Amino acid sequence: MSSIGRLLAVVIAVATVALIVVGTLWPIQSAIAMAGSGANLLRPSSSPQAAVEILASEIGQRAWETAYSSLANKNEFTESEFVRDLTGTYSSLRTYATLDRFDSRPLHASGDEAQIQLKLRWSTVVGTFLDTRTLRVVRTGDRWSVLWPIVKEPRVPPQVIPVNYLRWDVIYRGPEDDWGSQDVEAPHVRIVDMHPVDRSGGVVIMGELLNEDVVPAFVTVKATLLAKNGSAIATEDSFDKISHVLLPKQVTPFLIAFPNVALSEVDSVHMQPSASLIAASADPVIGIEDQHFNPAPGASLSGKLVNQSGQVVSVAHVLGTFYDKSGQLVWVADQFVDRALLPQIPVPFAMSLPADIAGKVTSERAITTTYSSGRFQ
Amino acid sequence: MKSRLTFLLGCLVLASMQLALAQAGALRVPKTVEAGDALSIQSAGSGKAVLYVVGPGQVLRRNVQLGETTFFAPGVLHNAGHYLVVLVGASSTEDGAFDVTAARPAALSFLAKPSRLPVDLHDGISGVVYVFDAFQNLVLAPSEVSFQLSAIAGAVQTRTALTHNGVAWTKMNSAAKEGAAQFVARVGDAAGTRVIQQVPGNPCHLKMSARPSGQRLAVETEPVRDCSGNALPDGTIVTFRETYDGGESTVDVPLKRGIARTDMPAYGGARISVATGVFIGNEIRWGKER
Repeated sequence: MSSIGRLLAVVIAVATVALIVVGTLWPIQSAIAMAGSGANLLRPSSSPQAAVEILASEIGQRAWETAYSSLANKNEFTESEFVRDLTGTYSSLRTYATLDRFDSRPLHASGDEAQIQLKLRWSTVVGTFLDTRTLRVVRTGDRWSVLWPIVKEPRVPPQVIPVNYLRWDVIYRGPEDDWGSQDVEAPHVRIVDMHPVDRSGGVVIMGELLNEDVVPAFVTVKATLLAKNGSAIATEDSFDKISHVLLPKQVTPFLIAFPNVALSEVDSVHMQPSASLIAASADPVIGIEDQHFNPAPGASLSGKLVNQSGQVVSVAHVLGTFYDKSGQLVWVADQFVDRALLPQIPVPFAMSLPADIAGKVTSERAITTTYSSGRFQ
Repeated sequence: MKSRLTFLLGCLVLASMQLALAQAGALRVPKTVEAGDALSIQSAGSGKAVLYVVGPGQVLRRNVQLGETTFFAPGVLHNAGHYLVVLVGASSTEDGAFDVTAARPAALSFLAKPSRLPVDLHDGISGVVYVFDAFQNLVLAPSEVSFQLSAIAGAVQTRTALTHNGVAWTKMNSAAKEGAAQFVARVGDAAGTRVIQQVPGNPCHLKMSARPSGQRLAVETEPVRDCSGNALPDGTIVTFRETYDGGESTVDVPLKRGIARTDMPAYGGARISVATGVFIGNEIRWGKER
């Protein structure tokens, strides 16, 4: 082995040992959360931020008992209320979420008290959601403890809520039927608006789809970008930027993104809406109240969802369609609501949209789709 | 087995080359036979021979005595098409050909599209009939097919069409009144029935009213109808939209018993509009400005 090779081997070995030491002594908080135990030992709560980070890592490990016992205001609520605050009382996105990472930011500090903003980023099957809490941290002896701002989920008193349940079921033709036999007709859907735009180095196709039939439809929209010579550049579908279940005469927006495709390369777009019959329910009815368009900076559409039915909704998906002053569609945004919707209990939502788009928006429309666990749709 | 197949193929080639000669020879074969009918083939000469009848999906073999008539019972030949007859004797081979035609219509395949359509649509319903005999042979001879569309209300529509190469088709209008219609196609004794669901068309009349309901506002539509006066079916989504100073509320409500109703926040000066699909109904202004 040459001297250069030996030197390189030594350098690599030293660097590895150094990185292990650095990672052990000053680990990043996400790594602590992912690593499991040991966070308390690594960072004793000798400072307000350390206390918050330890608490956050315990939440990430679902070490509820330890986290609860470290709180300064645990006499104000029970451990199960603390757990329900974070995971939800009823089955919802929170119930199945895992803590992806967290960030803490000191807002204010004095000798015995500090205020720290904690951002918990939870990961779910439909993406991430952010839970931001402003925490008061107080000194108790030589340690700091967090005062947890409990959010008690409202409870609905036990009751019977009568519902005129409306539902469609479908019976398809059987395999033994003659080939000329009828089958149930697929729902008729129509694209009523379509608008391609060049955006962030890619092409975005937005539009609206109408179920013009009298039966519910499961819909998807696929788009193929065609070059001048007729060849296909790319094909994508709307995935979750659409309400897949459309009841009769219902309209959904859709958004299809083609990253890394320039609009100048596109000669035409081939749209393929498809619809199939599904069994569906017309309930629950969700009202979207107090919608406000909040202009840039931090442009968003906020509002409250009100479940007008008797069924607890586990997951609500809000889709916003934004129009300019000429009525042209300029953007489609969406948000999954992380808390369950209880009957008549408003749940806030806020979906953000790009600042440059926000300046063009003069009107908007929002729709919701829902999923209720433990109950057929 | 292999030698038998080779022999059979050889016979077929020979038969195709000498067809005209054979027809004029000692083998007497009818030109056409109706599917399912009996068949007799007369041969000449003496001695023993083997008679092959080769047709679509079917090969028959008979040991025959030359000079006698060979009978095939009714129902033996049932596939329509072109058949070859080969008579293989000890010293010579004779061949011939005949056609088996479809028997009289006995069954039909009826395709009616669509199974669901809006009311009052001109030529909106199409019916296509394929006519078959009792052996599922497509009947190529022209046959008269009658189509009849009858709804619970409204006049019965009747059309007749001749089959062309076994197929007949027609178009019908959907009725102005919603409901299931019976679409019947008939040829001879055979008939097929399909059900066509005639559903309300696009909404034509959409009107709502509002009244106070405690601290909120109860909004309710009148029965929603299409341009022919049919009530839109339950489950149809009606969107109520309320706009007020800087805010908005929307609710998508399904029709229940023909009416959509919901509660909305009560804001003085709010404008409330109603729509279903792309059809917009009336707009009302609620109370006074706050």
